[in-house]
Amino acid sequence: MTIARATTSRRSFLGHSYSLVGVVAALVILAWTLVAILAPYVIPHSIGDIVDDDYFGPMRQGLWLGSDYLGRDMLSRVLMGARYTVGISLAAVSIACFSGVVLGMIAAVTGGWLDTCLSRFLDAMNSIPSKLFGLVVVAAVGSSIPVLILTLAVIYIPGAYRFARALAVNINTMDFITVARVRGESTVYLIGSEILPNIIRPVLADFGLRFVFIVLLLSGLSFLGLGLQPPLADWGALVRENIGGLPFAAPAVIVPSLAIASLTISVNLLIDNLPQKIRDRDA
Amino acid sequence: MSNLVEVRNLRIEAKTDSGRLVEIIKGVSLDIADGEIVALIGESGSGKTTVALSLMGYARPGCRITGGEINVSGRNMAALSEKERARLRGTDIAYVPQSAAASFNPSSTVMEQVIEVTRIHKLMPPERARQRAVELFRALSLPDPEGIGARYPHQVSGGQLQRLSAAMALIGDPKLVIFDEPTTALDVTTQIDVLKAFKSVMRAGGVAGVYVSHDLAVVAQIADRIVVLKGGEVQETGTTAAILSAAQHPYTRELLAAFEPKPRQAHADADAGTKQLLRIDNVTAGYGAVRADGLPLIRAVDSVSLVVEKGRNLGVIGESGCGKSTLARVIAGIHPAAAGDIVFDGKELQRAARKRSQDQLREMQIVFQYADTALNPAKPVEDIISRPLAFYHRLDRQARSKRVDELLDMVRLPRTLRYRHPSELSGGQKQRVNFARALAAAPKLIICDEITSALDTVVASAVIELLKELQRELGLSYIFISHDLSVVEAICDEIMVMYNGERVEQITPDKVTAPTHPYSKLLFSSVPKLDPTWLDGLVRDPELVSQYGHR
Amino acid sequence: MKSGVLNLVLKRLGIAVITLLIVMFAVFFATSMLPGDTASILLGQAATPEAVAGLREAMHLNDPAILRFLLWLVGLLHGDLGTSYANEMPVATLIGGRLVNTMKLAGITTLLSVPLALTLGITAAMLRGSVYDRTVTILSIGVISVPEFMVATLAVLLFAVYLKWLPALSSVNEAHSLTDLVRIYAMPVITLTFVISAQMIRMTRAAVIETLSTPYVEMALLKGASRSRMVLRHALPNALGPIVNAVALSLSYLVGGVIIVETIFNYPGIAKLMVDAVATRDLPLIQSCAMIFCLGYLFLITAADIVAILSNPRLR
Repeated sequence: MTIARATTSRRSFLGHSYSLVGVVAALVILAWTLVAILAPYVIPHSIGDIVDDDYFGPMRQGLWLGSDYLGRDMLSRVLMGARYTVGISLAAVSIACFSGVVLGMIAAVTGGWLDTCLSRFLDAMNSIPSKLFGLVVVAAVGSSIPVLILTLAVIYIPGAYRFARALAVNINTMDFITVARVRGESTVYLIGSEILPNIIRPVLADFGLRFVFIVLLLSGLSFLGLGLQPPLADWGALVRENIGGLPFAAPAVIVPSLAIASLTISVNLLIDNLPQKIRDRDA
Repeated sequence: MSNLVEVRNLRIEAKTDSGRLVEIIKGVSLDIADGEIVALIGESGSGKTTVALSLMGYARPGCRITGGEINVSGRNMAALSEKERARLRGTDIAYVPQSAAASFNPSSTVMEQVIEVTRIHKLMPPERARQRAVELFRALSLPDPEGIGARYPHQVSGGQLQRLSAAMALIGDPKLVIFDEPTTALDVTTQIDVLKAFKSVMRAGGVAGVYVSHDLAVVAQIADRIVVLKGGEVQETGTTAAILSAAQHPYTRELLAAFEPKPRQAHADADAGTKQLLRIDNVTAGYGAVRADGLPLIRAVDSVSLVVEKGRNLGVIGESGCGKSTLARVIAGIHPAAAGDIVFDGKELQRAARKRSQDQLREMQIVFQYADTALNPAKPVEDIISRPLAFYHRLDRQARSKRVDELLDMVRLPRTLRYRHPSELSGGQKQRVNFARALAAAPKLIICDEITSALDTVVASAVIELLKELQRELGLSYIFISHDLSVVEAICDEIMVMYNGERVEQITPDKVTAPTHPYSKLLFSSVPKLDPTWLDGLVRDPELVSQYGHR
Repeated sequence: MKSGVLNLVLKRLGIAVITLLIVMFAVFFATSMLPGDTASILLGQAATPEAVAGLREAMHLNDPAILRFLLWLVGLLHGDLGTSYANEMPVATLIGGRLVNTMKLAGITTLLSVPLALTLGITAAMLRGSVYDRTVTILSIGVISVPEFMVATLAVLLFAVYLKWLPALSSVNEAHSLTDLVRIYAMPVITLTFVISAQMIRMTRAAVIETLSTPYVEMALLKGASRSRMVLRHALPNALGPIVNAVALSLSYLVGGVIIVETIFNYPGIAKLMVDAVATRDLPLIQSCAMIFCLGYLFLITAADIVAILSNPRLR
């Protein structure tokens, strides 16, 4: 029995079917990733250089995205902002998901007191609102890039753990795990070879979602002035420092906002429109 | 129009996961006269439920009726608007689902749901509807007909829910009732009561019925005519007697042949039968808190002893909850016993699998009922089968590949299947892969836990035949756990009957006609026979039924 | 049956208490890690080492951390939240009025967003696949995907800059009339409502869709029930637990939301107080504010879990 899904136009290629929305979203993400990698080599001006006589200058030739509240080139600052926003978030989400998923699978397979203690402790961590946690830690230890990455990672480990553990617990009840277990297989084999391949798709989707959460939290912290410190600026900080341009809709405040939205919405859309492997048996 | 139901050239399409359209019903035609009960029989995927549901003008999500006529008392259900169909559902045509437990709304009382049809269609005042429901409960021989309606679905047993859903179907005085495998999920001793109840109310009311099932013996008891479906097409139609005695179509004959498995040829090697392979003594295991004497609070297996001799098979039979699956898991060490000894091949075994040596684990393999969950869906067949080869026998890549081919040959699967994933295999193929993996370990004993229960009859009997052949070639022993007497009879040298965690009797297959223990008598006599008069002629000791039947 | 439910609920409450202890411990130590020696900060650059040592002694700063934690806990139990370092006022006094302001903001947002989100979520599920459903889904994904400050800035841009209906900033002291009240709360409440509702709509919709695909709803269809009967009689009563659970969980997002919203709109609530306290490193004030937030959050997620237990019809 298949549930009718409101699928947008899907095409197939190499045994997978793709939706148009998913492809566009993937392209946007790819573009921002490239920008994050290449930014230092392509920016027209150094991010600290004041290049405009006017502040909140409009878009024009040479200053394609106008200038910011000090007259610096917005294009350069947004491109470099991508490097910080994407880079920090990606590093943090990788640490969070890797630790969370590994711990979650170990807890599910091992069970017993290890599972209980780990779950209890991480659930408690989860009971601290993320913004509050970020606020307190960043205030305490400062906001260098490594601290930001670690803090964001720690905040999202419990969620990744909970998600992976729930999936792994389900797989763990399957008979093929029992079969492997009475064969005498080790925990490492059970986790890596039997469980992980079966949860990798939802885990990757969760990775994407958590990436969005981290981008949002990082932007929020930067917006509060608790993220990256000047002259470095991620997109959240760009919005904050240029908020004065809001009343006259300066590109300096609108562009970084759009940048955040385009990235997070694309990731969300990509997750909802992942390519599906066509697995039809010939009836 | 002479018949109550006339279906002509019905076509139904389904959308696959990738959006492709597949025709799953390919031009089915059938008739049902007033008061007649017609069985739709076929294996899973034959389209029998889809055809039955289409009589209500309903196709499950993802499916669509694309062609043909479905005339029910003169109206074409396929052409009516959804509103007009809704008016006929529950009043003209009613439905009894396969799983009553899932089909009752958990947050409303049974009575509310039974009389809901009368509320929806404003058939009678609620007071009158409740009286009528109680009458139906009585007619369906439900216990406590006055009080049972006030309960919530989870407070009522499966067999009772199945009868309650029949009451729910009958309260609107329909002309046609659709039974969708209503007894498949039930134990045999319960199935009898439900079948009897269905038959008597249908006969008393002169209601026509469609009975969807995969079980010829069940159908033989209740249907006037049988329609055999396969691959969305009608293979054969005829009266029950004609189909049973003089089936024309090869597929029908195959079904009939599968139903009566060839009796097992007696073991010629009486001399070899003296060596014990496995002996368990007074094993107890269960769940829940451990009491002061070291035994668990709830005992699923209660001091059971058994012996399996080399090259011979032991069958363990019993109904759901009797502890037979727990026994299998105790022997394999998955669920360590709380008390008792397990001696395997002359050596005392540790109770927990992880304390046993690798060789001990290798020599005793377990094969589970659901190949769907027993095979890792993320791995191709060759990886699944070659893992024990690498793990136990340390074979290199080339040797493994060669051995995988041999194993696939042994379980009669084409070698090309090795690259497929389990989801790309049929149920029977999956179970063969499942078995090949156990063989890969080169075991002495294989514990088979209900391995044919999820398979269609024809496929299941082929798997049994394969098991017999492999036993002859490899000198294996099996412990065969099942709820199905015919399966156990076909392959086992000894049969142990379990009830409520205890061993009640152990007999040989040639003596199943004359068991000594009263529970065995009840159990064996409850297995439906192909003979259409069997149910009506069945006389059961009411004392036995009340003592052992879980109703 | 009843005792089974009671046990589960008590167990959940027990877990909440353990969690609370762990959280308090975490908050205490995170704030203890604030840089700089509190005593020398308080006394300024010119302080003699003896004076610093004396103050450290008086503030128990030399005691082991676990002892200080216990002292702090005992103080909390007596309602003594300590004294603010920055202006030497009791923390309880500083927090009092601010907490009321934040509660008002959260309360109004709840009253507005819950009915709105439930209506949109349930109707979207009922009309699954329609243009209406897709619009609601896309809009809620959009709102979830952007940071709260963007929702806030967009709201400011729209209502304060272009339409000039509302002021961009809030100040609770000036409320003299109903119009004032609306003008004060409107911007923060609108922003928060957007943020909270989007989450709630998605979860509610998912819960209703799941119950709509159960066999008992199919059974109702085959009894001839109308679409509205299937939803109202069969789907909703069983989706109630998940929906209330979704509401409680979504409301816990308020905690994060107010931090941003109060800062942006300069709303004199407890979150603004805390952000300011972080800037001045006012340890006792940060600890108390953080505890209040954690308490509120913990209360909501515990409530969500307990509702989920109570609403399981099989346990009734």
